[in-house]
Amino acid sequence: MNIIQAVNDALKIQMRQDDRVVVMGEDVGKFGGVFRATVGLQQEFGEDRVVDTPLSEAGIIGTAIGMALYGMRPVPEIQFMDYIFPAIDQIINEMAKFRYRSGGQYTCPVVIRTPYGGGIRGGHYHSQSNEAYFTHTPGLKVVVPSNPYDAKGLLLAAMRQDDPVIFMEPKRMYRAAKGEVPEGDYTVELGKAKVLKEGKDVTVIAYGSMVHTALEAVTKAEAEGIDVELIDLRSLVPLDLDTIIASVEKTGRVVIVQEAPKSTGFAAELIALINEHALLSLEAPVVRVTGWDTPFPYTLDLEYLPSADRVLQGMRKTLNF
Amino acid sequence: MSLVEFEVGKNASVPTAPLTVLREDDTADPALMPEVSDEDLRAIYRTMIQTRTLDERMVTLQRQGRIAFYMQSTGEEATTVGSAYALRPGDWIFPCYREQGAYLWRGATVQEMAHQCYGNYLDYTKGRQMPVHYSFRHLNIVSVSSPLMTQVPHAVGTAWAMKLRKDPYVTMTYFGEGSTSEGDFHVAMNFAGVYKTPTVFFLRNNGWAISTPASVQTASENFAMKANAYGFEGVQVDGNDVLAVIVATRRAVDKALRGEGPTLIEALTYRVGAHSTSDDPSGYRTEDHVSPWRDKDPVQRFQRFLAKRGLWSPEWEAELQERFKQEILEAIEVAEKTPGPAPETIFEDVYAEKPRFLQEQEAELMESLQQTKAEGAR
Repeated sequence: MNIIQAVNDALKIQMRQDDRVVVMGEDVGKFGGVFRATVGLQQEFGEDRVVDTPLSEAGIIGTAIGMALYGMRPVPEIQFMDYIFPAIDQIINEMAKFRYRSGGQYTCPVVIRTPYGGGIRGGHYHSQSNEAYFTHTPGLKVVVPSNPYDAKGLLLAAMRQDDPVIFMEPKRMYRAAKGEVPEGDYTVELGKAKVLKEGKDVTVIAYGSMVHTALEAVTKAEAEGIDVELIDLRSLVPLDLDTIIASVEKTGRVVIVQEAPKSTGFAAELIALINEHALLSLEAPVVRVTGWDTPFPYTLDLEYLPSADRVLQGMRKTLNF
Repeated sequence: MSLVEFEVGKNASVPTAPLTVLREDDTADPALMPEVSDEDLRAIYRTMIQTRTLDERMVTLQRQGRIAFYMQSTGEEATTVGSAYALRPGDWIFPCYREQGAYLWRGATVQEMAHQCYGNYLDYTKGRQMPVHYSFRHLNIVSVSSPLMTQVPHAVGTAWAMKLRKDPYVTMTYFGEGSTSEGDFHVAMNFAGVYKTPTVFFLRNNGWAISTPASVQTASENFAMKANAYGFEGVQVDGNDVLAVIVATRRAVDKALRGEGPTLIEALTYRVGAHSTSDDPSGYRTEDHVSPWRDKDPVQRFQRFLAKRGLWSPEWEAELQERFKQEILEAIEVAEKTPGPAPETIFEDVYAEKPRFLQEQEAELMESLQQTKAEGAR
């Protein structure tokens, strides 16, 4: 099963269990979504629960908030994360703050699914990784699966909790990442990272599609005799700090891989947390391997994205410090 | 005079005159007089007086520096009380920030409102928002947010959910003419039209967005006609005529309940007071602008109508004035003496469960406060 099929499976399972779940977005109904993640849902659940909306991100999120206030469980899709900005006021000023500003009277359990990231020849309007805007917003949870098993389990978990979630799907890996996915119901707890490989020389932290880049780098590093510990964060908010700190205390060296631009990105937050909690365990400064501080380019997309070689070079840098 | 209605595709012209029930001679147009019992007529008037008294007192308090901020609705009481009267308790209200009349009609108490304006620990919103940003879950009144128009797509979403659940309710959302310039107006009207949601869009055209006159907001001849472009009906109503507001809102509610979709009501009124206590209208308008509207004061007009019907007397008026003044004074006294929220409540309600990073930040704040206290005592 690939990530798209896993997402589709999770939506089906939840929609069968809970008639408050409504899938809404541009082209999600009859067509099944431009990435086909919602294929077959409208046929099974009807036009009232799988809704083709007008072309308006602010409208999709604004009305989803209203539905959620009334007790529904909307799961809107924003077709590309690059197009989430018309809805940013609704997300940041409204959805994220409803519980707080109403003293807990109103809640807003909306799960926004959105494909993110580059490497699909999409130029700067189909490639961005915008997680930092949302991890910086109190009240939101931000979840980024890297593989089909986690995509299904994390999405089911997200739809069953009571906070708004930005669910970022790595579009480059939608079909490329395949794996065993159990049939039926299971969840992956939000806020629990996964150690994909244990090692003692250096910790590599990644999430989403960068996990695959990091895995490639791990293979190359092993050939050079570097023993890597690889952590897939799976969710950024809440963050599994314990797993990160335990690993840093063991290896003393860290490389963080993030597809988004370098400055004030999520990697910077991770470095601050590592400094606060494990400064004396560090043997070298933490290395960031990230996208550049430029808009996402079309032709030179692979030069923009962190590559396995850049991750490997990052590991060498921290090991040779 | 009849209600001017748009029929999509047939009549794209503008309404020629707003719906009015109260006539020059202070009687009601019999053809339009809504069915409202004498008891209710008096109750509506009572709430209008209560609203005005509350506003006047709160503005004074702000001037005295006892609350930080306030927004009065003087001159617009007919729009809020009349429209709320036409709703049932199961209908939801998505307010702007000047709808205290609607809250009081629904059963919010002056005490609850005073607690909110003081931001104390009995404030339902736990002191997290500026004064007048109320939230009354038990009254189906949704939390006020300062950004304009953002609540209107929510009202459409909730109405849409009511329709999907086959619940026989509507949503009503209030906003001013200025905020129709926001993108969310288009967004909300468009979704409401497409999905025929049971939504009543209640636009208070009070002439002013702080200092910016309505004429700067649109090149359209009026605001009601904008509904036409979204495939539903827009109506203009005399917003200083509480009976006309009731008629227009009832029609919109009934229509929504019949499954015939949304209505945009443009209530023509005037912001007699300042935008907020932070505003000074003398910088952008003269008394000449305001005085004609003082003559059309909605409370006075309704009072004269009631007097003609024998439902009002100077003694009753004096009693109401005294009762509400007293009620507010007492509420303020209680609210003022009620302590603020405990510091640790900063960290509540960010998420359904308090995550570890907030637990740690809470501990950090409490430790810092203790340290400050200990050092102060030294």
